[in-house]
Amino acid sequence: MKRNTRYAVLVHTGAAIVSMVILAPFAWMVIASVSPQRMLISTPLRWFPDHLYLDRYAQIFSTELGSVGSGFRAAVVNSIVVAVGTVAVAMVVGVLGAYAFARLRFRFRRSVLALFLVTYMLPQVALLIPLYLILNSLGLLDTRVGLILVDCALVIPFVLWILSNYFLTIPVELEDAARIDGTSRLGALFWVILPAARPGIFAAIMFAFLLAWDEFMYALIFTSSSAAKTLTVVISEFAGRYTTDFGLVAAGGILAALPPIIVAVAFQRYVVSGMAAGGVKG
Amino acid sequence: MTVASAKSSDATPRTGERWPRRKRKSQERLAFWLLLPAAVAVFGVIIYPVIRTLIISFLNVNSALATDTPFVGLSNYTHLLTNPSFWSPMGRTLYFTIVSTALELGFGLIVAGLLNARLKARWLFRAVVVIPWAVPTIVSAAMWKGILNAQYGALNALLTQIGVIHEYQVWLGDPMTALNMVILADVWKMTPLVAFFLLAGLNSIPSELYEAAKIDRASWPRIFRSIVLPMLVPSISIVLVLRTIEAFKVFDIIYLMTRGGPVNGTQTIAYYAYVTAFSDQNFGLGSALSVFIVLVILMLTTVYLRLLRRSEMSLL
Repeated sequence: MKRNTRYAVLVHTGAAIVSMVILAPFAWMVIASVSPQRMLISTPLRWFPDHLYLDRYAQIFSTELGSVGSGFRAAVVNSIVVAVGTVAVAMVVGVLGAYAFARLRFRFRRSVLALFLVTYMLPQVALLIPLYLILNSLGLLDTRVGLILVDCALVIPFVLWILSNYFLTIPVELEDAARIDGTSRLGALFWVILPAARPGIFAAIMFAFLLAWDEFMYALIFTSSSAAKTLTVVISEFAGRYTTDFGLVAAGGILAALPPIIVAVAFQRYVVSGMAAGGVKG
Repeated sequence: MTVASAKSSDATPRTGERWPRRKRKSQERLAFWLLLPAAVAVFGVIIYPVIRTLIISFLNVNSALATDTPFVGLSNYTHLLTNPSFWSPMGRTLYFTIVSTALELGFGLIVAGLLNARLKARWLFRAVVVIPWAVPTIVSAAMWKGILNAQYGALNALLTQIGVIHEYQVWLGDPMTALNMVILADVWKMTPLVAFFLLAGLNSIPSELYEAAKIDRASWPRIFRSIVLPMLVPSISIVLVLRTIEAFKVFDIIYLMTRGGPVNGTQTIAYYAYVTAFSDQNFGLGSALSVFIVLVILMLTTVYLRLLRRSEMSLL
């Protein structure tokens, strides 16, 4: 009994400390985004604003041409289109491929899978120049479609990996039963495997979305205007341009971090199942 | 894990001669069509760039518009390997890799243990832990750049107010300190992912092992050393290799926080390749660097795949 209380106190204190360390920098970013500038540059620094200062968010969302916000709002749309488009393509293509890896017997199965995984290890910088030339000749520079195209190449191997491992954990008998009833392989994939693989699918969607939303290098080199610039690029421009206005950078950063945080918190219980199937099985 | 592995060995197609040829042909055809979209989407994008980068690494290309690009054999590579300005980014990359991975593993173990513990508001703790990982790398880099600001940064303010330091420090002003600060930003962002990986490993430890240890009245450090650590070896190895690969590719954080400075103090190998190709317009050398990074990473990938195979990965 006494030992149990000691355990409870220990783990709860530990969790509280870890939470504080994790949240402190982020909380400061939130506070800074709603603190007036004069307070952020005061020495000694005052940690809490005397009133909520929301002008920066207003600035960011202002529709005035040439204001801070005009580029930002376009970037929000671009980021959403690129990330959702990438996730959609990667999931459809990934489900089909993962089924083949998990259930079908064919020559070079291992090598093909290994080849997909090896691409994930290539540094983007090695591909930048030729990709730039290709996109240019296809007229896809500075377009969202072009970004979706290159982002898919990043995300698909990852999705294939998570999904094919997850599909493996689904008993073949489930599928066999459906196929005896006359369902085709694709029918079985659709009606049997997919519903049973929901945790794996959610994990894959989440990983793919975070990866696509986080992508920076391609967007930095392949986009040049608000037609396709994503949030990561705009935030890096903010950080370069407004070096003394941390509040503004913070406000933009929080807005850019919100969608992936919402997705990650909503799907967090699938993270571990996705990873457990993703190769860490002991 | 015997149940899971029994399942997965069932799932892998049967081997042997019993497999009828016609059925096999039809499976191969189906597999081809199912994999075609993924293959086109991935290899269609990267094959040409990979080959082209490889070719350029043997040429002397000094500008984006160069028409005269003589073949120079391995001289880009020999130039690299004999050049100190290549070995210092290499050294920094190693330092970055070792320190950040060690810290992430250490903290990751603690966090994984807590994630696995019987906590009251477990879902809340999990939600908190997932946050840094969800925050885009660029945003976390911008956040740390602001916090580390020499004049107005929160870190200086905090440390002065609690009396740890007496005057404001220039955190990103000195090469070594700046590199450590970049590592700090990386550790904050990546520890959660490492922790979740380790948690997945922890979950796979059969509870009978703990119960047996309890019956033997084993102490907690003893249980950790004799049960938890050995059972976590596969997850730890995977984390090690994955984080090493990521470290060789690290770009975003450095681009945003320091642009490789001060005095190139935070220029890691991928950033150096970027600068060589794009700022110095030395595409031949930049490509050779990229190929070199790929080779190192491929080596690590082989290790990674080996470890996976050893850890009962039925797919590979």
